[in-house]
Amino acid sequence: MKTNSEVPDAIPETAPRPAVKIFGVGGAGVQLLNALSAEEFAGAGFVGINTDAASLAASSATFKIHLETKLLRGLGTGGDPERGRALAEEQFSTLKSACDGANVVLIIAGLGGGAGSGISPVLARAAKETGALVLAFVTMPFVCEGNRRQQQAQQGLEQLKSVADGVICLPNQKTFKLIDDSTSVLDTFRITGGLLVEGVRGVWRLLTRPGLIQIHFDDLCALVRDRHSESVFAFVEASGPARSREAVEKLLAHPLLDEGRALADADAVLVSLMGGKDLTMADVNRVMEQIGRCCERAQIIMGAAVDAEMKNKLSVTLIAARNCVAKNEPSISTADSPEQTVSSGATERSAGGPPASSDFSQRADKLSALQLHQREQAVSRHGRGRRTANKLLQTQLPLAIISKGRFDKSEPTIHKGEDLDIPTYVRRGVSLN
Amino acid sequence: MFDDSNIIVGLEIGTSKVCAVVGEQAADGALNIIGLGQARSRGVRKGEIVDPKQAEEDVRNAIVEAESMAGAEISNVYLGVTGGHIRGFNNRGVHPVVSADREISNDDIQDVVKNAKAINLPAENNVVHAIRQHFFVDGQDGITNPVGMLGSRLEVDVHVVHGNTNRLQNAIRLVKGFQIQVNEIVFNGLAASLALLSNEQKELGALVIDIGGGTTDYVVYVGGVIKHTGVLAVGGDHVSNDLAYGLKVPLSRAEKLKLEHGSAIVDETEQGRSVTFTNELGLPIKTINVGHLQRIMSLRLEEIFQLIAQDLEQAGLCEYLRAGVFLTGGGARVPHIAKLAEPVLQMPVSIGQTNSISGLKSALDQPEFAAAIGLVKFGSFKSRKPGGKSSLAQGIKGAISSLLRRS
Repeated sequence: MKTNSEVPDAIPETAPRPAVKIFGVGGAGVQLLNALSAEEFAGAGFVGINTDAASLAASSATFKIHLETKLLRGLGTGGDPERGRALAEEQFSTLKSACDGANVVLIIAGLGGGAGSGISPVLARAAKETGALVLAFVTMPFVCEGNRRQQQAQQGLEQLKSVADGVICLPNQKTFKLIDDSTSVLDTFRITGGLLVEGVRGVWRLLTRPGLIQIHFDDLCALVRDRHSESVFAFVEASGPARSREAVEKLLAHPLLDEGRALADADAVLVSLMGGKDLTMADVNRVMEQIGRCCERAQIIMGAAVDAEMKNKLSVTLIAARNCVAKNEPSISTADSPEQTVSSGATERSAGGPPASSDFSQRADKLSALQLHQREQAVSRHGRGRRTANKLLQTQLPLAIISKGRFDKSEPTIHKGEDLDIPTYVRRGVSLN
Repeated sequence: MFDDSNIIVGLEIGTSKVCAVVGEQAADGALNIIGLGQARSRGVRKGEIVDPKQAEEDVRNAIVEAESMAGAEISNVYLGVTGGHIRGFNNRGVHPVVSADREISNDDIQDVVKNAKAINLPAENNVVHAIRQHFFVDGQDGITNPVGMLGSRLEVDVHVVHGNTNRLQNAIRLVKGFQIQVNEIVFNGLAASLALLSNEQKELGALVIDIGGGTTDYVVYVGGVIKHTGVLAVGGDHVSNDLAYGLKVPLSRAEKLKLEHGSAIVDETEQGRSVTFTNELGLPIKTINVGHLQRIMSLRLEEIFQLIAQDLEQAGLCEYLRAGVFLTGGGARVPHIAKLAEPVLQMPVSIGQTNSISGLKSALDQPEFAAAIGLVKFGSFKSRKPGGKSSLAQGIKGAISSLLRRS
């Protein structure tokens, strides 16, 4: 951990652990901040920032910053990030003083609106200037929220990425896999919020619990920094004697990881295990082995910690980051989860559209076989694993490995057993980036 | 043929464009390009017609444009053909000289060439060209015209270019549908080489690579005759497709990017640069990395040259190409392509320039039109033939297509 020379007075800490401030920015951010219980995050400073007074009034944050000018007439930013940004720039010194004394600043925001997209990048910059490490947890709007919001969110995300040490981005669209037809809007947002909070919790634990195998915050930042695509994260908990197996099972079935495909795709994976004093090396080994098998290509950063309260329980926080093929890809495509790209390979073949990244699908294929194998093992040992196994079997249809785009319907150009219609860089395994 | 004998038209139905070139042959044999018509091709993939309706429309447009520009009616054409099905190989014919004085006569030559052309081809294939190389008289090599020589055994090597009959017929039928006669079909690579190479270069040994939209055609000259031909059904379309795939953009956009930012070698100074394009409202919709674009492109083009290099190596021809490599076709426009090709082919590489033809400067300068211009040149050789049979030895004139007569 980078030690900051200015030891904060606001948050008295006995242990040399980092002073953390959690900022909720905008309507969504402030609400999510409420969801973080003060007990669990003891020692952290909570700050709510919004342009809307009503939302701040309802907030439980210990410290509130209301950005307001006469221009807005108390109506908030009206969904215009430029206004949010201008306001934040105006009050830059206020933001900076709010960040003062923190080693680590976590920013929670919902991008797409005026406050979240506009203020968070400025806040991140302010925090950076005070010398804190900045990690942002943001949600991207649902696709149905419209193009404008998507674009604003994307712009906000880009700006945030350029200033923050790390951005963990959760496209709301992904939560569609978690909900069904009857889920209410309220519940849906609760779920997306819950996921984000889980992520914050995971990072919090990473930072505060004494680690046997320590992961430094730097590691985390290095992992999510400069990955110009979303980093996916998953947090699972399991208990009982078979907890390690259960945890891996849950992890692989986690909707945000696209049933493990995100892992296959990741360039870097951070795994943090947390257990009670009874955490065995075998547990750690089993979890890591399984995860490692899913992401052979990735650089794995692993940490383990012990928490006396977590008796008989095991929690795994996993953050996977992927380097995008095309940098600065618009969120519309990134939000269209990798899973979608892969599974739609078959349709794309016929449509002749721009093909899916192929090594991607190949890896997914490889994984699927592997995963199936693991699943089968799990099923044979565990009766209750059966349901998930069935569900998985359904999704593992043979995929069109590579769509040939324009040459889809023409006679393939086979030269010495090589199909020359497939892009050369794919056949030679040259990775872009 | 006599009514318009001084007008020669070359028609190339390519993957990216249909192009008709009208040439006028003066009495002294000099060629002058007087008309050019082209249309974007939509019905062709990898050099072969896949949508006759669309192709027909495009051909009509090109011909109408060429006619109005040249101020002449097009009644017959030399048609360029290509496609992955076209193959070339060398064959040798033998003929014993039976006359009493052992003097080789024109009849002997015709017989030996006929023998050389008696090739065992698959039933569905047909000869496009059988190009005479050198004669051997009693085993003596390198004789270009043995008429009047004495000998007992006459041999000749021919280079045979053949292709699938039905696929060749597709293009011929399409043109015949306009009541236009197809004088002959000509392999595009051969046509391009005619447009580019001087006799001296042919003698020295040269490789012509025509990188078109759908195919890459190549022809090797050694000692003044064609020794090797080949078609690789990979071209500019593949580059665009790779880009569309790798950068995740629509094909039309990929094509545009290729033209605007393409390069055959990865430019280190461009590495981190990105390009954003906007929709009609001016909002940014996508940003792509120029470095990636160039890498994808470079790999594909490099592969094309590698495959050709492998082929030549197998044929054992690399040592004989002293005039070097000449690039043409749309692919020759890619910046730095010669620089990319040189280390792969290990020969001096240059962009080919059409020579010994006068006329429209705009057409002659473009590498895309080399094949079509070459078709006109081919035609000029053919139509000159009845007048001056004595210049038989001029390389390509031995090329005969039996296909049309048979069909």
